[in-house]
Amino acid sequence: MIAFLLAQTIAITGGTVYPVSGPKIEHATVLIRDGRIAAVGTNVAVPAGATRVDASGKWVTPGLIDGAGQMGLREIGVVQGTSEYTQRGNDVAAGFNVLEGINPASTLIAVNRMEGVTTTLAVPGSLGVPPSGGLIWGQAALIDLDGATIETMQIKSPAAMVAGLSEAAKDASGGSRAAVAQRLRRVLNDAREYATRRADYRRRQIQDLSASAADLEALQPVLRGDLPLLVVANRRSDIETALRIAKEYKLRLILAGAAEGWMIPGEIAAAGVPVLVEPLDNIPSYDALGIRYENAPLLAKGGVKVALMETATENTRDLRQQAGNAVASGMTWEQALRAVTLTPAEIFGVAGQYGSLEAGKVANVVVWSGDPFEFSTGVEHVFIRGREIPLRSRQTELLERYRTLPPKY
Amino acid sequence: MRYFAAGFGLILFAGCASGGARTTSSGAPPAASAAAAAPQDTAGGIGPQYPSTYQRHPNPPVIIRNATIMTAAGQEIQGGSILFKDGRIVAVGTSVQAPSDAVVVDGTGKWVTPGIIDVHSHLGVYAAPGTFAESDGNEATQPVTAEVWAEHSFWPQDPQIPLAIAGGVTTIQALPGSANLIGGRSAVLKLIPVRSVQEMKFPGAHYGLKMACGENPKRVYGQRGGPSTRMGNMAGYRAAFIQAQAYRRRWDKWNKDHQGDPPERNLRNESLAEVLRGNIYVQNHCYRADEMMQMLDLAHEFGFKIRAFHHAVEAYKIADVLAREGTAVAVWADWWGFKEEAMDGIHESAALVQQAGARADIHSDDPGGIQRLNQEAAKAMYYGRRAGIPVTRDQALRWFTANAAWVLGIDSIVGTLEPGKMADVVLWSADPLSVYAQALQVYNDGWLVYDRNDPAHQPKTDFTLGQP
Repeated sequence: MIAFLLAQTIAITGGTVYPVSGPKIEHATVLIRDGRIAAVGTNVAVPAGATRVDASGKWVTPGLIDGAGQMGLREIGVVQGTSEYTQRGNDVAAGFNVLEGINPASTLIAVNRMEGVTTTLAVPGSLGVPPSGGLIWGQAALIDLDGATIETMQIKSPAAMVAGLSEAAKDASGGSRAAVAQRLRRVLNDAREYATRRADYRRRQIQDLSASAADLEALQPVLRGDLPLLVVANRRSDIETALRIAKEYKLRLILAGAAEGWMIPGEIAAAGVPVLVEPLDNIPSYDALGIRYENAPLLAKGGVKVALMETATENTRDLRQQAGNAVASGMTWEQALRAVTLTPAEIFGVAGQYGSLEAGKVANVVVWSGDPFEFSTGVEHVFIRGREIPLRSRQTELLERYRTLPPKY
Repeated sequence: MRYFAAGFGLILFAGCASGGARTTSSGAPPAASAAAAAPQDTAGGIGPQYPSTYQRHPNPPVIIRNATIMTAAGQEIQGGSILFKDGRIVAVGTSVQAPSDAVVVDGTGKWVTPGIIDVHSHLGVYAAPGTFAESDGNEATQPVTAEVWAEHSFWPQDPQIPLAIAGGVTTIQALPGSANLIGGRSAVLKLIPVRSVQEMKFPGAHYGLKMACGENPKRVYGQRGGPSTRMGNMAGYRAAFIQAQAYRRRWDKWNKDHQGDPPERNLRNESLAEVLRGNIYVQNHCYRADEMMQMLDLAHEFGFKIRAFHHAVEAYKIADVLAREGTAVAVWADWWGFKEEAMDGIHESAALVQQAGARADIHSDDPGGIQRLNQEAAKAMYYGRRAGIPVTRDQALRWFTANAAWVLGIDSIVGTLEPGKMADVVLWSADPLSVYAQALQVYNDGWLVYDRNDPAHQPKTDFTLGQP
């Protein structure tokens, strides 16, 4: 259930509207009512009393959706006390859901939403820095970047179960990729067995299982295919392991990272598996020696459903730079816009309500001065669930304080 | 992943910092015409040390015609041509005559800039693939290691080097990391595919001395004998320079009168004495405004200049002071929040610093960021403009070319497209301040070291051979 705060009617008029679900519409109106998009088009009647936002000469798009980050779960990278994204000491932390650790007052939220990112997947672990080498990191939540409480921010929780099959996952499984895969299978097998023998489990009339009841219980929606398993895998062979296991257990798989995915777009596309990619990731490591800028474009060209992410949470706002660079490396502009709006909404199962400018959808809307991916473009208006977001943050306050020196404290 | 790289560089290895060193006998960089000669690394009376063996690669003359040429010297020439020959820029303008043997490059619809200079890189010292074996950036065994030289760690086969070249980078300052109060000497390097770091050493460039403020030295040494506080940091710098003052006096006296045996050499003091003589530039990793003020006091106490504050996330708070001091400011466009001393980073810092009259620079400290310094500068320029701070395109270009050259003391040789300058030239597919621009060709001293459309000019390191 998505919470809406205000009953307000807003008409964004005269802009070039990029609905994503269809071709761009010049001089169009986006009408927002009670937090949802009421109408989009050139023949939209603006009700009396509506707040008008003149977007003449501007570009209007859906709010950007970041594929994965730790928004609200990490205030300052190196300050342990502000990190909420890990359940340490449990390498099968399937029952760990990050949602209640999210801090709606995080300063990162205002900094990033005012740059056009309105929605993000808050993930356990860290796709960039796997914290402990765990196998299953926990449950991710999809949130809008507005709201005083987690109840008001929440879109979908859990939105995915997150697991690691990259190099970093090895430690907890004995130090071998094969051991990681075997351990994941054992956990999934145990979760299946647990589901059929809960009573035996309670009476302790069952062999030792590889995880706690809470964690095995949390895996049931994954086994049913109701909850996607988001797997961090970068090396080609790791991606193939993920595809293999997903096929064996009939899981809904999402690949994240997928740095060497460009080598096998056909396999990934044939499996119907979407990927979350960071386009500016191209520094080789032994986890992905074949990493390259062209990954996202080559995957998209190969028919894979691609969404983009910016893993530096404090700079989630650079998602648009990621998208622009994906275009420079060969994605079409339309593919890139879709990869930060409708495609992630589809991947996370909320495309009925998010990701495009269509009547009935949640009114996450951004008005840009131009092409959203260009540095010359600024954000003019941001609406989240129909509420206009003030373009203010701790950083804008610092700018104003020190714009003239000495500052007035 | 990008954050992985940043996280490890910044946090675990404390890779971000400033400083590094290269010595010449005089404070002034040699004239461009002398640049190919061996540098005079005298280190206050000691003979040449680890000299550059840089040699210009022989190339035919090149003329790029009908491009938009951004000179970083005040001009943006539409329909312009640039001719370079024997490693030197010969002419820039709208009516340039080319010799008959010149390679003609059609620049229609394309842009030309000077080669990019990154004043803060750990390429080669924190090489990919990033295991312990390539972790050579911090001699984190004691807080003052002015005696170590980054060039002695530098791996010319770092697979990150060709990536940076493809981003238009022609010169870097490779620095020790920021674990230490005084991390060691930097190396100013031409970014070219060669076998040894000696062949990359920029002739005539000044060594830098990497110094680091704040959290990193505290974190690294807090449980290992200190410093564990910022006051401990300051005491550490002061103790080191007090020793260096005495060392310098002994050597200066001996250099003058040659009485008796020369004083015993001490590598640590040798680097620091060269700072005191003004031959080695202090490149100071420092985030917070109040700490930069402390470091300026330190510099005053010992009579040296801080050439540039690096990272300098809070430079905008003291932009007036930095302008007065003549200390340059090397910043990121938007990095912030990864640690407490980085919490106050704002997009407009470079613009505000420049507006106050200080010299601004955009640096990377990152193997990813170095590939798109043009994009980072564009970000900083446009955010500045949107905040009402005037920044010209030429000024923004200077943030990663001419101003960077000044930070390294090579501004008479590189950094702009002017006749006589070294032919470090980048041809771009589009406006380099656009997210869609890609470097098409990169010329380093006239040598075509990268061509996006010609695999024969896409250098690969040994490491990359036979890899996926």
